[in-house]
Amino acid sequence: MTEADIRSRVHEFIRKNFLFDDHITVKDDQSLLGTGVVDSTGILELIAFLEGTCGVKFADSELVADNFDSVDKISSFMAGKLPTPKA
Amino acid sequence: MCGIAGIVNFRDRHETPSRELLTAMISAIRYRGPDEYGMYRDVRAGLVHARLSLIDLTTGQQPLANEDGSLWIVFNGEIFNYVELKRDLLALGHRFRTNSDTEVIVHAYEAWGDGCFPKMNGQWALAIWDSRARRLILSRDRIGVRPLYVRERDGRVWFASEAKAMFADPSVPREIDPRGLDQTFTYWASLPPVSLFKGIEELAPGSTRTYEGDGSSRDTIYWRPSYPVSAPEEYPLTLDQATEALAEKIETATRLRILRADVPVGSYLSGGLDSSLTAWMGRKAKEGVFQTYSIRFEDAEYDETEYQRAMAATIDSNHQEVVIRRSDIAQVFPEVVRHAERPILRTAPAPLYLLSKLVRDSGIKAVLTGEGADEMLAGYDIFREAKIRHFWSRQPESTVRPRLFERLYPYLARSPQQAKGMALQFWKKGLDRAGQPGFSHDPRWWTTSQLKRFFSPDIRAAVAAQPPQDLLAELPPQFGRWDPLGQAQYLEVVTLLSGYLISSQGDRMLMAHSVEGRFPFLDAEVMDFCNGLPPEYKLAGLNEKFILKRVARGAIPEKIINRPKQPYRAPDAASFVEGDAPEYVAELLSEDSLHQAGLLETGAVRGLYAKCLARARESGGEAVFSNADNMGLVGLISVQLLHQQFIRGDGSAPGGGIVYTTMIDRAPLQQLSGTA
Repeated sequence: MTEADIRSRVHEFIRKNFLFDDHITVKDDQSLLGTGVVDSTGILELIAFLEGTCGVKFADSELVADNFDSVDKISSFMAGKLPTPKA
Repeated sequence: MCGIAGIVNFRDRHETPSRELLTAMISAIRYRGPDEYGMYRDVRAGLVHARLSLIDLTTGQQPLANEDGSLWIVFNGEIFNYVELKRDLLALGHRFRTNSDTEVIVHAYEAWGDGCFPKMNGQWALAIWDSRARRLILSRDRIGVRPLYVRERDGRVWFASEAKAMFADPSVPREIDPRGLDQTFTYWASLPPVSLFKGIEELAPGSTRTYEGDGSSRDTIYWRPSYPVSAPEEYPLTLDQATEALAEKIETATRLRILRADVPVGSYLSGGLDSSLTAWMGRKAKEGVFQTYSIRFEDAEYDETEYQRAMAATIDSNHQEVVIRRSDIAQVFPEVVRHAERPILRTAPAPLYLLSKLVRDSGIKAVLTGEGADEMLAGYDIFREAKIRHFWSRQPESTVRPRLFERLYPYLARSPQQAKGMALQFWKKGLDRAGQPGFSHDPRWWTTSQLKRFFSPDIRAAVAAQPPQDLLAELPPQFGRWDPLGQAQYLEVVTLLSGYLISSQGDRMLMAHSVEGRFPFLDAEVMDFCNGLPPEYKLAGLNEKFILKRVARGAIPEKIINRPKQPYRAPDAASFVEGDAPEYVAELLSEDSLHQAGLLETGAVRGLYAKCLARARESGGEAVFSNADNMGLVGLISVQLLHQQFIRGDGSAPGGGIVYTTMIDRAPLQQLSGTA
C-alpha cells in the first residue's frame, strides 16, 4: 500500500464516518481534533480503522495526537510503519 | 400548578375570541391542570385556566378577579411567600375572599404595579388582564421554572404555557424558526425571545411584558443572576458563618415548599448530594409519611440505586423506583419531544417522563428536586474545566499545568498516552481566549455546533440571512467585572438551566403527568445568597459545591457526600439503533421523511444513522458511541419528531372534553349593549 493509497482511504473513512457528505473534503493539513471534525472517541475509531486496513499494530506510545491529527500526519506516520513497497 | 392560555385584542376589528377557540387552547395543555377548568371572557379578551389544585383546594379557582371585577388573572405556579405578602397587603387595607396565593398576586399588583414581581418568591407564569385600562401584563419567575409563550400579530395577542395551545388556533401558522434550531445546536437551548417556532416568542425568565391599550408593549427585566464585583476578602461572613446561613436558607426554602401546599409533597432522590439534602430537609419539615422516588437503570453505567436506597433508608421514606431499559427510552421519546417542544440532544428527559408517571400513579401531585444546586454552587465539571483551562492559559506551553485534568478525570491518569493527548488537544483549543466572555463554555458550544453540519442548505441559508442573536452581545454590563466562576455560572444559568434542565428535563416532563416540581435551590433568597458567595466557597480548588458538602455533613451519609460527582445521563444513541428499536426511528430517518421536513441534510443524516446501526449490530448490544454521534443521533431524531408533531400535526393529543367549574362570560351582554 502506498502513501497515496493511505491518504485516499483515510479521506474516504473520514467522509463516511464523520462528515457524512461526499462533497466535503478535509484539507490534508487540517487538524482533525482542532477543527472538530473528529472528537476524542472518533480518533480511536480512526485508529482502529488504520490497524484493520493496513494490518499494523500501534504501541501505546505511538498513539499521540501528533501522529493522527491530520491526513498529512497520518500518512507520513503510516508510511514509516509500512514496509517499503517494491519498485 | 397549572396551564394558562388566552387571547387579547387591542384593535376593534378583531373578533371576540370564541369560547370554542379558548377551550381548544386549554384542552391542548389540559394535562398541566386536570383538576378544574375556568374561563373568563369579555368582548376583548379571553383567559383560560387548567388547574392542578395544590393550595386552597376549595376556593382557589381561576380566573380570579380583584374586588371590583376589573382585574383578571390566570396564573401557573406558586408564590411561596404569599402568606407574608398577604400580611403586608392586609395592613395596606386590602380585603381577601380566598386563601389562595393567586388572589395575593392580584392585590399585590394593585398595590405595587410592576413592582410586585420582585417582591414575589416563587415559580410563576401569569397573565393579568386589566379590563378597564385595557392593559395586559405577562410575567415569569426569575429563572423560568414555569413556561410562557407569546404571539403578537396585528394588534392581537395570544399567550400560553406551551406553544401547542396556540397551535389549537388554526389561524396560527406552524413553522420551525431556523434561529431556534441554530441556537439549540449551539447552547442546548433557544434564547428567549427566540423559540423553536416562527412568530412565537418565549417570554424571558425574570421579565415582565406589558401591553397597553394601543397594542404597544414594553419588556422589563426585574431580575438576572448577579455575582460579586468586590474582592472575596471583603465578604462579611467566615466560611463557618456562611455555611450556617446557607443551611438555614435552604431549610427555609424547603420548608416553604413542603408546607405551602394543601396536599402532601414528595421528593425525588437521584442518589446525589443535592436531592439527598432537600429530601432530608423536606422530611424534617412535616410529620407523617414521606414519599420518595428514584430512577434506576438496567444499564449499570447509569445506575445509582445504591446511593438512592441509602438515602431513603436514612430518612425512612416510603421509597418507589422505576427501572429504565433502553427500549423504554426509545418508546416514550416521541411523547417526550411533544411535551418538550424543542430538540433535545440527550435522552435524559425520557426517564424523568416515566418517573413523573410513577409519582402521579402513586397519588402525589408535587415533588421536591435538587435542581439548581449545581448551577448555584458550582457542581458541574464545566466550572472545573474552565478553572483548569484558565490556569493553563497563563502558560500554554506547559505540560505540567494540564495534568490537573487528571484530577478531574482520574481515568486520564490511568489511560495510555493516547487518550490523554487527544483529550488535552480538545481542551487546549481556544486557550488564547482566556479572559473573554464565553471562555468557560467554548468547548461545549464549539462541540455542539459541529452538529450543524447536519442542517439542510435551506436552514443554513436562513440562519445566515438573519442577524445573529448572540448571547455574548447581550450580557449584563457588569459581566466583565465578575470573577471567571461567576461569569461561567451566569452563562450556565441562562442557557442550560433555564432552557433545558428546568424546562425540557423539568417542568415539561413533570407536567406531562400533572406533577409540579418544587426546587429549593431555585428559591429567590437561596439564589441571591449563593450568587453573593466568594468563588472559593463554592469551588474550593477543584472541590465542587464545597460549602454545600459542609451543609450536608451530619445529615447525609458520608458516602453520598464524598462520591465523585455523577452527571445524570441515560443511554443515548444505543436506545434507537439496537434490535428492539421502535419502527418510527427508521421511518423518521428515511429519505422521504427527511426530504419532506427539509430541515436536515438527507445524506448526512442517513450516513450517521447507518454508522450507528452498524456499530450496534457489530457489537451485540455493547456498542460505545462517541459523544458527537450520541448527541447527533438524539438531536436529529428529535428535530424530525418536532417536525412530524408540530408542523405536520398541531401538537395535540387525542382525548378529553373540558368541563368548566368557573365560567365568567361578559361578552354576550357587552355585545348586546354595545359597551366594548
